[in-house]
Amino acid sequence: MAADLKPAWKSSDLMPFKYLKRKVKLKSKQQELLIRVSILFLVYVLAFIARLFSVLRYESMIHEFDPYFNYRTTLFLTQKGFYEFWNWFDSESWYPLGRIIGGTLYPGLMVTAALIYWTLRFFRFAVHIREVCVLTAPFFASNTTLVAYFFGKEIWDSGAGLVAAALIAICPGYISRSVAGSYDNEGVAIFALLLTFYLFVKAVNTGSLAWALASAFSYFYMVSAWGGYVFIINLIPLYVLVLLITGRYSLRLYVAYNCMYILGMLLAMQIRFVGFQHVQSGEHMAAMGVFFLMQVFYFLDWVKHQLNDPKLFQAFLRIAVTCTVGVGAVALGVGTASGYISPWTGRFYSLLDPTYAKDHIPIIASVSEHQPTAWSSFMFDFHILLLLFPAGLYFCFKRLSDATIFIVMYGLTSMYFAGVMVRLILVATPAVCLISAIAVSATIKNLTLLLRTKNKVSQSGSTKATSGAKASSKASLVQSQPFQGNVVIALLVGAFYLLSRYATHCTWVTSEAYSSPSIVLAARGAHGNRVIFDDYREAYFWLRQNTPSDAKVMSWWDYGYQITAMGNRTVIVDNNTWNNTHIATVGRAMSSYEDEAFEIMRSLDVDYVLVVFGGVTGYSSDDINK
Amino acid sequence: MAPPTIGARLTPAVSIFALLSLLVVALPSAQEVQIINAERRIDLTSHIIRVFLTLKVESIGTAAVSEILLAFPPTEADHLALIKVQAAVGKRKKRAYVPLEVNPTEVPDAPNGTKYFTISLLNPLKSGEAATLEVLYILTHSLEPFPAEISQSESQSVYYRDSALLLSPYHVKQQMTFIKTPSTKVESFTTVEPTNRASTELKYGPYEDRTPYSYSPIIVHFQNNNPFAVVEELVREVEISHWGSLHITEHYSLLHAGARHKGIFSRVEYQSRPSFSGVSSIKRLLARLPPRVHSVYYRDEIGNISSSHLRTDVQKSELEIEPRYPLFGGWKATFVIGYGLPLQDFLFESPDGRRYLNFSFGCPFVETVVDKLTIKVVLPEGSKDPSAVVPFPVEQRLEKKYSYLDVVGRTVLVLEKKNVVPEHNTPFQVYYTFNPIFMLAEPIMLASAFFLIFMACVAYLNIDISIRK
Repeated sequence: MAADLKPAWKSSDLMPFKYLKRKVKLKSKQQELLIRVSILFLVYVLAFIARLFSVLRYESMIHEFDPYFNYRTTLFLTQKGFYEFWNWFDSESWYPLGRIIGGTLYPGLMVTAALIYWTLRFFRFAVHIREVCVLTAPFFASNTTLVAYFFGKEIWDSGAGLVAAALIAICPGYISRSVAGSYDNEGVAIFALLLTFYLFVKAVNTGSLAWALASAFSYFYMVSAWGGYVFIINLIPLYVLVLLITGRYSLRLYVAYNCMYILGMLLAMQIRFVGFQHVQSGEHMAAMGVFFLMQVFYFLDWVKHQLNDPKLFQAFLRIAVTCTVGVGAVALGVGTASGYISPWTGRFYSLLDPTYAKDHIPIIASVSEHQPTAWSSFMFDFHILLLLFPAGLYFCFKRLSDATIFIVMYGLTSMYFAGVMVRLILVATPAVCLISAIAVSATIKNLTLLLRTKNKVSQSGSTKATSGAKASSKASLVQSQPFQGNVVIALLVGAFYLLSRYATHCTWVTSEAYSSPSIVLAARGAHGNRVIFDDYREAYFWLRQNTPSDAKVMSWWDYGYQITAMGNRTVIVDNNTWNNTHIATVGRAMSSYEDEAFEIMRSLDVDYVLVVFGGVTGYSSDDINK
Repeated sequence: MAPPTIGARLTPAVSIFALLSLLVVALPSAQEVQIINAERRIDLTSHIIRVFLTLKVESIGTAAVSEILLAFPPTEADHLALIKVQAAVGKRKKRAYVPLEVNPTEVPDAPNGTKYFTISLLNPLKSGEAATLEVLYILTHSLEPFPAEISQSESQSVYYRDSALLLSPYHVKQQMTFIKTPSTKVESFTTVEPTNRASTELKYGPYEDRTPYSYSPIIVHFQNNNPFAVVEELVREVEISHWGSLHITEHYSLLHAGARHKGIFSRVEYQSRPSFSGVSSIKRLLARLPPRVHSVYYRDEIGNISSSHLRTDVQKSELEIEPRYPLFGGWKATFVIGYGLPLQDFLFESPDGRRYLNFSFGCPFVETVVDKLTIKVVLPEGSKDPSAVVPFPVEQRLEKKYSYLDVVGRTVLVLEKKNVVPEHNTPFQVYYTFNPIFMLAEPIMLASAFFLIFMACVAYLNIDISIRK
């Protein structure tokens, strides 16, 4: 943008006459810039306010279950400082085991919110940390639209970028995890994910070390924010591998990947929860393998350059490849056998094989958001994007480049994962939006181009076209042009109709399905008035105010985070389901006869039991139903 | 000089007190004044006890008397929230009341730790002159629940302890005491002849010619289902904004100080039989707010509480709130209420050019006791020399607060008072000087910040900082 404007000003100093001429010439470019910036700004604002339904309809509050844990830790962070937070041993959950919070969470979200909070405080904006937490997700969603714009611009053109920004701003698949109050890791993680991908693609396109470095830092942020970083560390090597296989190896790729991988890995090791997984866990081995493969490629390239003899090189290649594969296999085998490299975790297996969790880890399978996705929810979350996605893929294949290959791979893999697990629709959303944006942008661009050329033709021979259309049976080319124009207009109208349907659908879904905090339930009374069921908070607040401060509360693990956050009391189990035995003990106490359950509860030192009963109000997801 | 009749249900401590009081020798000052007639009306209908005492005092000494002593047993003195005295001036039709000054005093060798208050009379009483004094004093935390624990379906009964005779350092010629109970359900009461009971009223007396410090303990055991709403701590923050509004934030920690809750709480029974179940629980509270109140909110640490109603009219606003859960005896709840008020109703300019805030002290909730009340008046940034005028003694200090876009911070005048009752809801004033130019500080700051941002953008777009040419 800066470059576009520069000549006008420079020349203005020297030659005022020429400047005037140039100014007129630059006008359309300036206009375009202005329109682009204002559209982006509007999209930015739209992405934010579309997520405020829940605040307007209910109140500024934290939603669901996990966000309460995040809120509680953020509160702790802002009150006690980072060191206390990092070394926090929480005795209020998993009684009597406790939990080392600093070592078992992704601190990215909390640190982000705390930084925003401290910044605002520094500028004397006396906000409450809760407001910051509630609005963190919408804020990052807005930032995601900017990243989507730049990403779209990088892989296609600025038009596709704008469409991508607009699509992702209101896409229900993303809104479902980023409405105001849903203060969860995913809120910032999608931003970090897309930013990492964008910066990496930029690095590959330019071969610049700076972009690769930025990508590594963005990856570090992603690792600190969400466990989904595993997707990045597997997708990028896969992408590199595909580029290698398709013969698109270049020095740009070499610089981008090596810098990003090495620095990203070293940075990621600073997160205590991740630790040495990058060199020890089976899930991260693909990246390391590709890293070594890159070195081999580079080495071979060099040897090829040095040898300058195809026959000799062929022989050398054979030996080198055999050796490399052999050494790699032996290393992997030894690592796995000695236990240095840990095998894949259950969650990872269940992604590759959808039936795995059902047979081996029932607690993962029992969570509703880990279920395979139904078609309806694809339609619900993507709407027309589902139809535009294949079209976008077509355009991508038509104009293959390093960047489009990346987005195609991202789209295809994430779509597969979205099919395996409902919650991974979220990961697929940016890819689907980008690819659909390419489809929309390319289609509309082609159509408008057709319309413009047709207009030019008709302007030059307008009299011929209007008067002679019926009478003279000229060449079919001239005949078909008005017909073609109508089709173009019809198609354009259809596209706009579809897009407007998409907008209404998104608004409807957001307001109806994704904007309820699930702590407060609202219903319509007999006279159309709103009835609010606030029983959860009533119970938690009672616990907070009227029980001894060291009381232990037993409940199903669903309510663990909420009891510790809102009730401020010790719980036996919570939503961080790290100890299945403990959960099973509580489950047994909950489902046994009273005298038996009493013994178990005595052994667990329980003072209070929280049971949710929905029989009176007709609330179906109560404890009896579990 | 009949010894006081000791009631059947007297606790040992009280009886010792009574016996000791017999040994007391009248204080020297007592010789100069005698009480011709004393009439006490004790109102026990809520948990705030209001005692209306009418004294007709006469000077019998030689010198003129300018001060009258009021005596309280130490237990009562600890719970004394407020004491007001008025002198009746004029005869019958033209009778007017003039408030008199009352101050706590120490009297040497007070029997059994009796506490005294001195009433300063307007005109000293010459020998033989009489005056009528109207005394109102309010006691809090003086009803003891018995049984101390009740279940959800039971009613709450309380003990009230007092003396049938007025504790006074003076000779009392004639006295009567009326006790008003909230209902006719009185379990028992000490009889000190003559004692009568008629519906909700107990009548002790008349008793004639009692010596100074006569004491006759009585206990009344009666049903009192009024919720014992006690705010353990109330912090009211009044923030003045010269842009036209006054913001009040009130932090409550509420306690039901009645009989403790025993056993389980059944929500179904509570809702289906409201007249039998949880009759003494706090279901809702009513706050009387000033008229033209706006942006009212009611929330606590974990979010908004949806059960409140606001009624406004020209005279007053009424906010009715329900706690998240009904408060039974011993249960607590904390919450915050906030509202805004138009500034012109409360901020005025005094003749000397200073501004003053005229606002009501005390808790807006009806029939609540506040154990500790803190009022923080947040003055606008740049205001100087704050001083408060409060009609009763309070502790004062200054603080600093940083709010939106503050640079030097706002001066906060903190007023603290313990044991506050609804009668303390009288206006108080805070005077300060303020230069209106300070109002512009924040808008100018914002405007210049935006200006700088735009300037930076323009500069960025026009400066070529690339190394390559």
